[in-house]
This record gives sequence, C-alpha cells and structure tokens, in this order.
Amino acid sequence: MSTETASTTTLNDAAELRAFLRGLPGVDQVGAEERAARLATRSIKTTAKAEAIDLAIAMVDLTTLEGADTPGKVRALCAKAARPDPSDGSVPRVAAVCVYSDLVDVAVRSLEGTGIGVASVATSFPSGRAPLEAKLADTRAAVAAGAAEIDMVIDRGAFLTGDVGKVFDEITAVKEACGRAHLKVILETGELATLDNVRRASWLAMRAGADFIKTSTGKVSPAATLPVTLVMLEAVRDYRARTGRQVGVKPAGGIRTTKDAIRYLVLVNETAGPDWLTPEWFRLGASSLLNDLLMQRRKLATGVYSGPDYFTLD
Amino acid sequence: MSERLAVRKTYKLFIGGAFPRSESGRSYAVTDAKGRFVANASQASRKDARDAVTAARKAFPGWSGRTAYNRGQILYRVAEMLEGRRDQFADEVRRAGASKSGAAAEVDAAIDRWVWYAGWADKLPAVAGASNPVSGPFFNFSTPEPAGVVAVIAPDSPLLGLVSVVAPVIVSGNTCVVVASEPAPLPSITLAEVLATSDLPGGVVNVLTGRRDEIAPWLASHMDVNGIDLTGSAGGDVPGLEDKAAGNLKRVLRPRPGFGAWTDDPGTARMTAFLETKTVWHPVGV
Repeated sequence: MSTETASTTTLNDAAELRAFLRGLPGVDQVGAEERAARLATRSIKTTAKAEAIDLAIAMVDLTTLEGADTPGKVRALCAKAARPDPSDGSVPRVAAVCVYSDLVDVAVRSLEGTGIGVASVATSFPSGRAPLEAKLADTRAAVAAGAAEIDMVIDRGAFLTGDVGKVFDEITAVKEACGRAHLKVILETGELATLDNVRRASWLAMRAGADFIKTSTGKVSPAATLPVTLVMLEAVRDYRARTGRQVGVKPAGGIRTTKDAIRYLVLVNETAGPDWLTPEWFRLGASSLLNDLLMQRRKLATGVYSGPDYFTLD
Repeated sequence: MSERLAVRKTYKLFIGGAFPRSESGRSYAVTDAKGRFVANASQASRKDARDAVTAARKAFPGWSGRTAYNRGQILYRVAEMLEGRRDQFADEVRRAGASKSGAAAEVDAAIDRWVWYAGWADKLPAVAGASNPVSGPFFNFSTPEPAGVVAVIAPDSPLLGLVSVVAPVIVSGNTCVVVASEPAPLPSITLAEVLATSDLPGGVVNVLTGRRDEIAPWLASHMDVNGIDLTGSAGGDVPGLEDKAAGNLKRVLRPRPGFGAWTDDPGTARMTAFLETKTVWHPVGV
C-alpha cells in the first residue's frame, strides 16, 4: 500500500484537527498532581484488598519486551499467564500476554484454549522511527500470526513539531491494517513533556480510532505515572460523553507493587467510573507486578509474609 | 548571655541504610535506670519489619558475594568508627544503668568483640569447612555459605550484648534485621549511625526499636527470613516463636540456658548457627 491511499485527511481536515486539539482546555498540572496524590492515600484493606488484588491480576497484560526474548521464555510466560500461581487454582488468569511481533505465533500456540489474548507491539516499537510501509507490514505480520491486540507507538517527533495530521493518518492506517484486532495506541507520555500534550495526544488517538490509549513503552523514564493516567482517564470519560464510544486505558511501565496497582484502580473508579473497572477497559502493562500481587494475595490468605522464593522467576 | 537552646536527638529506625520514622508514626518514651525521661524512640510496626526484611533481602547478594577478606576489612572499619564514638556510647550505656567505670569497660569490651569477629571473616571457611575423604575418584569439599536473611532479637545488654549478636551474623555474609532491646534501644541506633558511615552496604544491618512481642512473631513467621536468633526473647515466648519459625524451616538459635555473662569467651557457635554447607564433588583423575 502506498502512503497516498493511507492518507485519509485532506489539508482542511488537518487544520480542523489542529484547531480542535489547540482548543482543548488546558490541564491544571498542580491540580492533577494534587488529585492523584490525594487518591493515592485511600486505604484499601482486608476483603476490599483481596478483591482489588484479584481484579488487578485479571487486568495484567503480562509483558516481555527484551531483545533477548526467546521462544522458551515466551512459552514460560504463557504458562504463567494461564495459571499465575501453580499451587493455587483460585487465582484468576491475566488479561493478555504482550510480546514482540515475531514471537506472536509462539504465544498463540502456547495459549491455545486458555482464552487469553496475545497482544503484540508493532510499528517499530519502541521508537516508532520507521517508514509507514514498514510499520504497516509489522502490524499485518502480527495480525496474521494471530495477535488479538496491537500496541502501536505514535510518532512523537511529528506530534511535538505540530504535525498532528501525520500522526492521525498513521493511526488510521494502522487501525485499518489491524482488521479485527484491537488497537492500543502508545502515547509515550514521558516524551510528551506536558500534561496538556497528554490530553491532546489522547484525543488525537481516540479520534483516529484507537480502542485503547496506553501511557508508555516502558523503555523511557518516566513511564506510567498517576497524574498522566488521571489525565488520560478524564479524556476517555469526556470522549464517551461526547461521542458515545468507550475507549480503554492502559498504564504501562514502572508499576511494580500491589500498592501501585491498587492506586491505579482507585484512580479509575474515581475518574472514569466503575464502567472502566474491568479487564475489557483497563489494563496494567507489567511483568514483575504479577509476582508482587501473588505475594500479597498469599499474605492475605495465610496471614504470614511471603517471599519471592515461592513464585516463579520471570 | 542567653542560655543555649538544647538540640535534642531524634532516634529513628535504620532500614536499608536510611533512618526513617516508623510508618505507623508511633514512638515510645525511653527512661534511664532511675525512671527519668531520656528520649523518644520509634516504635516499629509489622510493616516496618516487612520493609526491613525486603531491604535485607536486597542487600544479601551483594554482601554475601564480597570476598571474606573484604567483609573483614569493612567490619574492622566499623570498629574504627566505634572507637571514635566511645564517649557517646559510654554515656548511653550509663543511662541504661551502668556505673561510669562499668560503662567504659562495656564499650571497650564491645569494640574488642567487634574486632574479634571481624578477624573471623576469612578464617571461618577454614574452620567450618572441610575436605572430605570419599570412596571414589572425587575431590570432595564442603564450604560454609551464609543462610540468608537472619532476624535477631537482641538481648537487653545495651551495647556488648547487641554487638555480640549482630557481628557473628553478618561476618559470614548474612544480612540481618535486628529488634533492639526494648528498655535500652538508644545504643542500637547510635550503632546504626556508625554502620551507616563505615562502608557497610545499606540493608546489611537493619535496626528496629519497639515492642519485641509485637515485631518478633512477624519476623518468625516471615517466609523470606532464613534464620532467627531468639537470644533476647522472654523464655515464655520462645516455643511460640519456634513454632512460627518452623513454617519455612528457619534456622533457630535458642537462648542458652545457664548463660553466664556477655564478657565470657563467645566461641564460634553464633557464627556457625547461621551457615549452610555447600558440598562440591570435583572429579579427579579423569
């Protein structure tokens, strides 16, 4: 496919889009940080904590995105996704397994019959610096191999220089290449500099057809933070109020402890509302988080502190 | 001339090389032998104990991975730092009830004890290890390895007793969480200040002050603790704690019946109590 056919916006549309994004109300940064910090102090204990832990486990996109990934490592990860704690069958399955596009077929075969979807990063993750043809080919390969979800990265360079039309066109082109697969759009908020930009990028991605908006690749610091997620949750809430279409949110990177995960759940409930509090509309991109959730789960069940020796290494 | 305003010291916990207050925000009043107020000490909670274990676990690979020689050097450095704080320690030991000369003698004995244990760092493998004769073409040898994270319930001897239970645990490469003496916790925090400034990596020694019977059960049942020294526990609490420690087969050091004084020759028992033995079969003649 040539870039010409992928381009769906005319000059006029691009100008309208830019004007729309500029017209979005600014984010009160101090207010957002204050609100996120206040919600983070909510105390979630005993039975509520047990429920939150199980919900968080069911929301995890278990991720391995290393250059050193092997089919064996992906298979081990898939086994863990299907049964996170081998000694306890009451632990829910995770939502999805997230891998690079060339390992999708390994993951799909390992997860057959479990009902767990395979998510694949695509579009020359994590930088997003490649020609559009290459990004589309990457996406189609992942979909053809059986990926149910595609995590794409936006072209931050284009976004920051104000070329929002280009970003929009790329997202719509990738969305088309996805076919029936769900599209998650990674904003890489750590490179967007301001919360105003996070809000604009969120709206841009949603208008271009994203099914999910995701904070980060996990390769850039800072990755997911509470204020950034707050702004994105407000965006999906406002977008649904305006258009009737619901879009999911996925913070990823830097979420390592149960305490962190529960803070995100509180934030979802208080910002977007309980409609988003399911694995269908909210995900946690993580790898080491799962072991901490399992450790806390066992602490609640047995009454004694557990240790990393009793859970699988990833 | 106006009188100078007193600058009072805040005694906090020592976890992972930092001095945090208790997450619970609690503190308790420490009094001297005559019942007069001396200072407020932090009253650690089970969550502080949990954080301390996490810090100790994190420090374990680095500390146990150092050469025995280097561990000895660092412990000797600690002794040098202790030497520089003699007066402060003597003052704190006195407030806990010792006479002036008795306090000075206890500080001297404590520093000597620390140096004595420091010297053991590179000798322990030779004494606790062995080469074993086996009926086969193998060179077979056993070496002592540290057990891991050790919880230490320190006795009430404010400095000498404390030093005598901490040094033997860490000299072999273990990391530890120390529950300080409940009535006399101040020297333990001053010792922590010494440790924080003497090349000892953060997290190798973590010090909690507060109620023993509140914290000790959580450490005894903690699945990520590999050993527990019950020296400072009241006799009646020991069976319950041992029971909890059995959950993950911790190595347990019981309080010794017929124990004399801390000034007695300590022997190697406290060091060998928290060792695992690694045996290697090396083929020869092939």
